[in-house]
Amino acid sequence: MEPVRQVEGRAYPWGAKNIDTDIIIPAHWLKTTTREGLGKGAFETVRAQPGNIFDDPRYAGAPVLIAGDNFGCGSSREHAAWALADMGVKAVIAPSFSDIFSGNAFKNGIVAVVLPQDAIDRLVEVARDNEITVDLETMTVTTPFQDRFAFELDAFRRQCLLEGLDEIGMTLAKDTEISKYESGVAMSRPWIAVGAGNEGTLVTGAGRT
Amino acid sequence: MASIPRTLYEKIWADHVVERRGDGTCLVYIDRHLVHEVTSPQAFSGLRAAGRPVRRPDLTLAVPDHNLPTTARVDAAGRALPIADAASAGQLAALRANVAEFGVPYIDALDARQGIVHVVGPEQGFTLPGTTLVCGDSHTSAHGALGALAFGIGTSEVEHVLATQTLLLQQSKTLEIRVDGSLGFGVSPKDVVLAIIGKIGAAGGSGYVIEFTGEVIRAMSVEGRLTVSNMSIEGGARSGLIAPDETTFAYLKGRPMAPQGEDWDRAVAYWRMLPTDAGARYDKTVLLHASDIAPSLTWGTSPEDVVAITGAIPDPESFADPSKRVAAQKSLDYMGLAAGTAMQDIAIEHVFIGSCTNSRIEDLRAAAAVVKGRHVADRIRQALIVPGSGLVKLQAEAEGLDRIFTEAGFEWREPGCSMCLAMNPDKVPPGERCASTSNRNFVGRQGPGARTHLLSPAMAAAAAVTGRLTDVRELMSADA
Repeated sequence: MEPVRQVEGRAYPWGAKNIDTDIIIPAHWLKTTTREGLGKGAFETVRAQPGNIFDDPRYAGAPVLIAGDNFGCGSSREHAAWALADMGVKAVIAPSFSDIFSGNAFKNGIVAVVLPQDAIDRLVEVARDNEITVDLETMTVTTPFQDRFAFELDAFRRQCLLEGLDEIGMTLAKDTEISKYESGVAMSRPWIAVGAGNEGTLVTGAGRT
Repeated sequence: MASIPRTLYEKIWADHVVERRGDGTCLVYIDRHLVHEVTSPQAFSGLRAAGRPVRRPDLTLAVPDHNLPTTARVDAAGRALPIADAASAGQLAALRANVAEFGVPYIDALDARQGIVHVVGPEQGFTLPGTTLVCGDSHTSAHGALGALAFGIGTSEVEHVLATQTLLLQQSKTLEIRVDGSLGFGVSPKDVVLAIIGKIGAAGGSGYVIEFTGEVIRAMSVEGRLTVSNMSIEGGARSGLIAPDETTFAYLKGRPMAPQGEDWDRAVAYWRMLPTDAGARYDKTVLLHASDIAPSLTWGTSPEDVVAITGAIPDPESFADPSKRVAAQKSLDYMGLAAGTAMQDIAIEHVFIGSCTNSRIEDLRAAAAVVKGRHVADRIRQALIVPGSGLVKLQAEAEGLDRIFTEAGFEWREPGCSMCLAMNPDKVPPGERCASTSNRNFVGRQGPGARTHLLSPAMAAAAAVTGRLTDVRELMSADA
């Protein structure tokens, strides 16, 4: 993952609530086996409407999206984060996010910034004609005016974003601890191993009919 | 010294922390991983690119469900029929290739045990109390019904679990949702969970793990509990736990992948220690009473838009929150409905009984009880019954439910996610209206322009036979 320190530029001044991941990327786009190219399916139903924000030339390629409460609710599809990344979005600002979406966003280098509703209202107003800056070092969102909104971010996620860390690589370095945990479970909860004493019905192999 | 009282969630969490980091993030062990074709290809590609194996294939189980057509899968000679949609066929083929390459246990589309991952897990005894269980699907919350800490994950996390059998997580807050009393005539577990979501809102559970408690939950079968836990995510909560009890143990005993013999006895002894201790504290508690829950359904495009079947479409102006007023009006425009319309005056064109929420044997029995001796209304264009697994289908056929449905004019299909999510050939056409036992009424969820009303299997069956949204209690009274 590329390190992220600052996201600066135009922002889609949307503010809509309860934007579910079916809206961000409809299911028929999920038949892909790669992570790339989903930007063209992003917000498909919204973009079918004339005058929509995503086809407004003022915001073309904007790296920031401003939304309402509960952004990314619904399906766990990471395709939503991939679609946003593919259309160039690097930060989403909203009063709240679904837990699954914010995790997916972060793993793709997209900053999910939580700010209160009054800050969102102000940013939507400013973003119509101005750029916005999200800064991970100072943990603030600022505008060309005097606006300065401080936000909080989980310390671990912030560190991963700032340093562009590979989470799987970090966890694999904990192999000794994981193996030790597994040995303990084999003693205290042996039934966790599927099919212990039950091999005859263990589901194995592919291609059976 | 007495130990500090703990909740069910806190006990499961504590038994799965491999390591706690200084910043509070924990490395948490994952006991069970369900994999399907849609959210796994990029995870397997990631492993391949990095030269990493699957750490614990034995704790992993793969089943195709989302893309599969629900029409016949074999021809008269028993040969597998091709899947017309090339992209769907490609994704299903990718799963087969990936499980073979990485040695992951797999239930094929033509296996009688194939079904929706969230039906298969409990049915096979793969889902167990006190385990951590994940799947790249938000409705993984369903498995909480058996007392598993179960939650949906994204594809990067799928890859993380495949490679390490762990996840990096922050501990959640706890939300108790207590439903006391006993359910009234014609009121089902689906009505209970719709009432809960209507009360807490679509984001009400964000940041929390729910524990469902109270007399109503205790009295429910495992199938009913699965319906409730399944929709936790529609209330914003990633997980929805129910304490394991004798009902849970009786359900699991003898299932193919459940522990046996001495392991079973040890497991049950451990499971009996899991329920929340007296005096343990939840961060928040929400109370509902069964007497306030009627057969319910949704009117809008968020699962929180819930109303009793005896009610009417609310006036958007009646909402205090200005953004909710705007959202409600947009919902009604999309749904083609006007404020004040009685729910029972709304005609429908489609009925879908299925999905990971309501496709188990009890769901099909409840629908069949309403359908028996009746016929699907003339105005209905399509009425689908999609069993949640091949084993549910066989059980229903053994009970003669398939004949009740087909004689009434329903289509009896092969197991899969079907019309829940418009990813396979089962879709609702634009502008048409569906009474659906699934879990999401989002814009475009059942197909572009499709209009969805979420309800119980019995209510969907009632709508099918009258051609409009109907209070199932009226049909049930007529039968009594």
